[in-house]
Amino acid sequence: MSTTRLRPPRLGPRDVLHVGSAGLRSRPMRVFLSALGIAIGIATMIAVVGVSSSSQAKLLQELDKLGTNMLVVTPGQSMFAGQDTKLPKEAPGMISRIEGVRSVGTTGDVPEAVRRSERIPKEETGGIALKAAKDDLLGVLRARMRTGTWLNDATSRYPSVVLGHVTAERLGITGVGAQVFIGGRYFTVIGILDPVPLAPEIERSALIGWQAAEQLFAFDGHPTAVYERSADDRVAQVRALIARTANPQSPTTVSVTDPSAALQAKAATEGAFSTLLLGLGGIALLVGGVGVANTMIISVLERRHEIGLRRSLGATRGQIRIQFVTESLLLSGLGGLAGIALGAAATGVYARIGDLPWVVPWWAVTGGFASTLAIGTLAGLYPAVRASRLSPTLALQAT
Amino acid sequence: MTTHPRPSPTPPTPPTPPDPCAPRDRRTPPDRYARPVVELTAVTKEYAGGVQALRGVDLTVLDGELLAIVGPSGSGKSTLLHIVGTLDRPTAGRVAIAGHDVAALSDRALSALRSRHVGFVFQSFHLVPGISAQANVAEGLLYCGLSRAERGRRAAAALERVGLGDRMEHRPHELSGGQKQRVAIARAVAGEPDLLLADEPTGALDTASGRSVMELLHELNDDGATIAVITHDQEIAASLPRSVRIRDGRIVSDEWHAQPGRPREAP
Repeated sequence: MSTTRLRPPRLGPRDVLHVGSAGLRSRPMRVFLSALGIAIGIATMIAVVGVSSSSQAKLLQELDKLGTNMLVVTPGQSMFAGQDTKLPKEAPGMISRIEGVRSVGTTGDVPEAVRRSERIPKEETGGIALKAAKDDLLGVLRARMRTGTWLNDATSRYPSVVLGHVTAERLGITGVGAQVFIGGRYFTVIGILDPVPLAPEIERSALIGWQAAEQLFAFDGHPTAVYERSADDRVAQVRALIARTANPQSPTTVSVTDPSAALQAKAATEGAFSTLLLGLGGIALLVGGVGVANTMIISVLERRHEIGLRRSLGATRGQIRIQFVTESLLLSGLGGLAGIALGAAATGVYARIGDLPWVVPWWAVTGGFASTLAIGTLAGLYPAVRASRLSPTLALQAT
Repeated sequence: MTTHPRPSPTPPTPPTPPDPCAPRDRRTPPDRYARPVVELTAVTKEYAGGVQALRGVDLTVLDGELLAIVGPSGSGKSTLLHIVGTLDRPTAGRVAIAGHDVAALSDRALSALRSRHVGFVFQSFHLVPGISAQANVAEGLLYCGLSRAERGRRAAAALERVGLGDRMEHRPHELSGGQKQRVAIARAVAGEPDLLLADEPTGALDTASGRSVMELLHELNDDGATIAVITHDQEIAASLPRSVRIRDGRIVSDEWHAQPGRPREAP
């Protein structure tokens, strides 16, 4: 009697891959179709995440360019209803002396209508506000001139005006040199601004010099908005001091806002990808998984003889199971890889068209691939167990 | 036990090679060792529903034998094949293959037993379509625990042995029926099993191919392989040195034939 222990040898990873891919190699069309279901699901999810991430990246890029270190001081609500509050004339100077403040820009509202010509009725203001500007407003807002020049010491004494891009559009002005009718006299357009995302109110304004406003109109010289930029690490301290500095008499009537907060919120919303589309991708993935399970069950039925043969050659139940689970994993893994490539490509096309940075987050790629592997295992497990429980005598039955 | 015409002295234990699938010298006459490869004692097999396929079968096959298990369909010869091949377990009785008591072995151990000690040849070949003859033979060595290179090398050697050295890269559909069966035989013997079970090996072949396949089995037996051919063909049974007749689940005769045309070669 032999006393040698009978222990089946383990299959190496390469051999497992070899037996697991044997069934796939002989039926390429079926592999393609059942992997396609998985691929569509993964591609949808990757594209949904990729598109929203790209849009978010674009917004964050913009935000980075504009900076998050700007605060705006405006007169707030009085405790007594209906009573107008005003910022003191000294507010910009006081604010500029707070430690950490780097630059200050000021505007003051001038209650005059801006019209294309005197023939336009006074009532048709087009929602355009006239503001007097002083200090380094352009620099603080990081605004750029679309055309022409900003107000300088000379032009701010004379009837010259710089238009926000919305204002220019509403008045139908495309270049410098045009005349607009403001408060009974013509002003010459010396420049038009590019969009100012941090201060949309400026986009809808016509800006004239502080002195011109005081001399030509009944402007009281009280600022209505003080824009301030400080060092990044000083923003919190500046914010704590700024209301009291701007209006020491009644700090509670001063309103301080951070315009970058709104942009940040928008970026966050863009990042929150559409749950509906993501859900659709998930359903497609699920259906793909069912397709793989179905393919595997059919494969097991068709290959009864092969299973019996392998058992007669000495394959253990475990080795039969691992063969079919590997096959299922390969099937869905292939689909997953194709889906990731498709989804990334779709994101790339979208980004190119929308001039966005091409962002496909790593977590989406790895998560997507991991979920296909999980689906592959789940879909393959039942057919594999069925295959391993087949009686090996089946192989000996003639076809 | 079946009466055995040949004297069977107590077998000296042959040296067990460390590699179960390693080739060993088979050119030894069976009488010298007379090691039992198959030992069935009072084996019965009853299927669910009360069908008794085997009713107390005693059978001993010694190392180096070439025998036919012959009987009409429904006689229980297929069941006997399954039990001897450890693909199925008996309802009662003792089965020992290559010295291992089958009843004491787990399914895993039985798989290992098949991979080392038993080779199968099927009527319908059961070759894997779409891969070469050599790959088909190598597939038979997959569960032996050999390296890929070694499997390929032995597969080539086995194909040379069955006379298909020039058909290594042919796929099954490019081979004739007789050639396919030769590939299947090469797959079964590549692992040097203690026992080769051939289930109607000529059943799907024309007379000429069938004759050449039987000729090959004779040659392999001359080289020392223990071969059991399961068949319903009396002519084939008569051409083998021993034939065990089975009918209604019982062995009805166990005969030795003179082999005038095939004198056993001296080693």
